[in-house]
Amino acid sequence: MSTATVQTKWWSGGKSPFNVEYGKLMMWYFLMSDAFTFGAFLISYGSIRFSQNYWPNPNHVFDSAPGIHGGAPLLFVSIMTFILIMSSVTMVLAVHEGHHGNRIGVIKYLFWTIIGGLAFLGCQAWEWHHLITGEHAVLVNGKVELWGQNMRHNPWGAIVEGVNYNGHHVTTPGPVAFGGYFFGITGFHGFHVFSGVIINIIMLIMAWNGTFDRKGHYLMIEKAGLYWHFVDLVWVFVFLCFYLI
Amino acid sequence: MSMEHQMSPEVTFHHAPDEGNVKKIWRTFWVLLAITVVELAIGYLMYALDLPDGFRKLALKGTVTILSLAKAYYIVSIFMHLGSEVRNLIMTIVVPLMLFIWFIIAFVYDGHSYKTLRNNYDPHFKESTMPTEHGTKPAPAEFKAGEAGGKE
Repeated sequence: MSTATVQTKWWSGGKSPFNVEYGKLMMWYFLMSDAFTFGAFLISYGSIRFSQNYWPNPNHVFDSAPGIHGGAPLLFVSIMTFILIMSSVTMVLAVHEGHHGNRIGVIKYLFWTIIGGLAFLGCQAWEWHHLITGEHAVLVNGKVELWGQNMRHNPWGAIVEGVNYNGHHVTTPGPVAFGGYFFGITGFHGFHVFSGVIINIIMLIMAWNGTFDRKGHYLMIEKAGLYWHFVDLVWVFVFLCFYLI
Repeated sequence: MSMEHQMSPEVTFHHAPDEGNVKKIWRTFWVLLAITVVELAIGYLMYALDLPDGFRKLALKGTVTILSLAKAYYIVSIFMHLGSEVRNLIMTIVVPLMLFIWFIIAFVYDGHSYKTLRNNYDPHFKESTMPTEHGTKPAPAEFKAGEAGGKE
């Protein structure tokens, strides 16, 4: 772009001043607005968290994986993160193949991107199920109740010293807002992953049918790619805000 | 090789030659993976050390936040290719996002201020939510361990 940018008069008409296709530019602005939506959710979560004296330690909440019951913090979410980074790479490779007009390459990498997206959604389904159906001993009005993590209950309060229930710690109820924010934000992100998978499936079918070859370019793949990378980008911050800090 | 697409009779645009070569993509992947591994290591460190609230814990949390911003930069700049777009386009995306600086500071500070006010003026809130030294809370006075009963 270096020399071309200097010599081209972008604003004298007849050229796209931003040197991108209209649809791609609009995708960028959509993603910027979407970034504010996610940002507002995450900042609201931060605001509530800073207003509390006690907040659950994520290492105690997210410490399980399929076949591992507790004691493995960060393990499962690191697998999910790896899946999403990997699917982002296959998406760039699909875009790259598109630049060269290589239909088979586009189809191959789109396929792997879709598989990655579905794997991520599967992981998220497992995690939600595990949290909602879990049974944790919580001391409520002098009685022990078994709570899962949902929108109304949070079993991750402080540990009650000197009390055990079937060999497990007993806790006080934790801040209720935790569940709403966790399920709301990861759910909104998961919805983006889901719609990204649908978009990629449509791209795969169109590539398969030779639609892009007839158009003479694979610019549509670039737009789908932008959306998919954005999903990965949001996950970076969801991962940071809910699992790391 | 530079391609030129004719999208409409009036508007044309150039593609940067050989954008996003495969080596660069994989290098970015390894960078992202390495940063994630470091983040996880810091996460485990925070878990293993079980630090009290204070400067050291804040420093570790600050470090993972900066590392996350680095990841965001690589994803946006390389994978989303924004780094290679026309400068004016970059600015129309990045400048509005500067709002986040105010957004984060204002709302987090507001939450903190609400907590301080409640701790000052609402003793019940303070007593019922303030964790003790080891992150635990003594059982309510009227409760005895023997009374613990399961959910029917």
